[in-house]
Amino acid sequence: MKKNDSPENQEWLRQLYSEMLRIRMIEEELVRRYSEQEMRCPVHFSIGQEAIAVGVCQTLRQEDSVLSGHRSHAHYLARGGDLKRMICELYGKAAGCSSGKGGSMHLIDRSVNFLGSTSIVAGTIPVAVGVAFANKLKKSSGTVVMFFGDAATEEGLFYESANFASLHKLPILFVCENNLYSVYSPLEVRQSSLRKNHLLAESLGIKARGGLDGNDVPAVYEAVQSAMDSIRSEVGPVFLEFNTYRWLEHCGPGYDNDIGYRTDEEFQKWKRKDPLEVLEKRIKVLSSGCEDFKETERKKFQSEVSEAISCAKEAPFPAEQTWSEGVYASKG
Amino acid sequence: MPAKDNDRLRRITFSEAIREATVQAMDGDDTVLALGLGVTDPKGVFGTTLGLKERFGEERAYDIPVSENAVTGICVGLAISGFRPILSHQRADFMLMSMDQIINNVAKWNYMFGGQDSVPLVIRTIVGRGWGQGPQHSQNFQAMFAQVPGLKVVSPTTPYQAKGLMAAAIEDPDPVIFVEHRWLHGQVGDVPEDNYSIPIGKAHIMHEGEDLTVVTSLDMAVEALKVAEKLESQKIDIEVVDLCTVKPLDEETILNSVRKTGRLLVIDSSWKDFGAASQVTALVAENGHDHLKGAIRRLGLPDIPSPSTPALSKEYYPRAKDICLIIEEMLGKKINMSVFEKAKLPHDVPDPFFKGPF
Repeated sequence: MKKNDSPENQEWLRQLYSEMLRIRMIEEELVRRYSEQEMRCPVHFSIGQEAIAVGVCQTLRQEDSVLSGHRSHAHYLARGGDLKRMICELYGKAAGCSSGKGGSMHLIDRSVNFLGSTSIVAGTIPVAVGVAFANKLKKSSGTVVMFFGDAATEEGLFYESANFASLHKLPILFVCENNLYSVYSPLEVRQSSLRKNHLLAESLGIKARGGLDGNDVPAVYEAVQSAMDSIRSEVGPVFLEFNTYRWLEHCGPGYDNDIGYRTDEEFQKWKRKDPLEVLEKRIKVLSSGCEDFKETERKKFQSEVSEAISCAKEAPFPAEQTWSEGVYASKG
Repeated sequence: MPAKDNDRLRRITFSEAIREATVQAMDGDDTVLALGLGVTDPKGVFGTTLGLKERFGEERAYDIPVSENAVTGICVGLAISGFRPILSHQRADFMLMSMDQIINNVAKWNYMFGGQDSVPLVIRTIVGRGWGQGPQHSQNFQAMFAQVPGLKVVSPTTPYQAKGLMAAAIEDPDPVIFVEHRWLHGQVGDVPEDNYSIPIGKAHIMHEGEDLTVVTSLDMAVEALKVAEKLESQKIDIEVVDLCTVKPLDEETILNSVRKTGRLLVIDSSWKDFGAASQVTALVAENGHDHLKGAIRRLGLPDIPSPSTPALSKEYYPRAKDICLIIEEMLGKKINMSVFEKAKLPHDVPDPFFKGPF
């Protein structure tokens, strides 16, 4: 952990900021465009949760794999997934990362070992464990990161998969992003107040930490780096639970604090913990020139995202005869 | 590869044929793994996985936690990482715990990511029958799996088919649900010693005939063949088509047979309604209607769970006499039932060697 005010540390913090800003700006642009009704698929935005994606992916090496669930834009982008192919997928175009067959909930970019996100809560967890199992069998040094939300820990699949990972001491990091809600259902109606998810994991023989600040990106990085050190030394899986908050509605581009399942007060409290603002304050303490830096980065990302969106809008739809391609890999 | 003519044939059981195909596939390809509850235990899934751990080591043959759903997803992870897992379930009924992973991930992974990662996975699902297996140890879900795009469903009847179709299923780039019938495990037949595969999606004409086509599979194929052979002496000429693969259905062989005979009886090894027999019936009704001389008939299990007690299970599974009664009606001919010797075996065992317990 680079805690000092060295130029190296300042540069690193700016890099983290820049990564988060890029994801935020991409999603904000998608939010603006969504009402054009050209992205004709359900979209689950990650705005407010970028620090976990960035903090985790910063610790990864090329051979490490990432898998995720339905809210996966930030994970895909933080891992270095191709932006144009992601946006093409949202627009249902042939050049989409899943050829338009998956939509926003099925992102993949094998070139950076982002092996896939799927849309059934907890459904990807065993697949990630299987990839970790394969790594172990192949004696590969690659690890696996599985991102999921708080509700996934309520599924039997989480328990079954975590047990298997522990049993075989697999190189996998379970990252639980606890954003307090599953669609509109708050934690209180889903989990006992006495329950601690990290203790659940610990009881299965997994090193685990809970209650971590998921909006403080250097803190996320630090927790994950230490977890990855442990995983890479073949001790077995690690479970980390980060607290965070989803700013927008469960699915779609709007704010929905008015419909009654959460309060505006709660939202404002979390908004004050905006991962970008938290980091910006820290950068400003350490050095001057932050505004100029932000402006330069903003311009850069604005042009990148505009270009990707124009590109997606102009890209061709898949030809009708491709609809049956890929149902089976075998010929005939 | 197809079996060679000069291959040495031995008479072995269906279970030995499954085991031999597995051993030969694991010998030939290091990425083939065998896992499932009991795969390495002393009984070895009815003998089908015996010795795999000793021969290939703990890194290739696994017993698993009783977590069918997760292990199925884990197999997807293995498959997209270059492995070819064979997952065994000692009863089809246990496999229901993994329907989420089978339908949402196994069947769709290749399609939903635009064809980038196929899932070469064999899921063996063993269907129980007899000895009081009852409502939760005897169900055959072949049609449920066949309904899902992305899955293939094979159902071998003879030891020869079992070995060849298992080899084909392991080689296949797509997920294959491999339906095994518990009553067939003890069946003995000629099987080549060498490795060979039988193409998935091809039905087998077990018995040629001109008067009536019976389309069937698994234990019912054995029963139908018995009927066809017995009726030869009465100049009743039955063609028995064993599906061997439920999906993709060999429509051509079925339609060709119906074109020849003009009459179709479909016998389902599972429930009669909404099943594979219904699919075959629909196929012929839609595409072979002009060749039919009479209504298509179906036979299969009643719309009732399988009762455990022998008192109630006796009439549950169709037998030769039930098949003959329908054939009589369809052909308008009387069948001399005395050719069917009075059964020497109790109705709830497949052979004299079957002593339970499961």
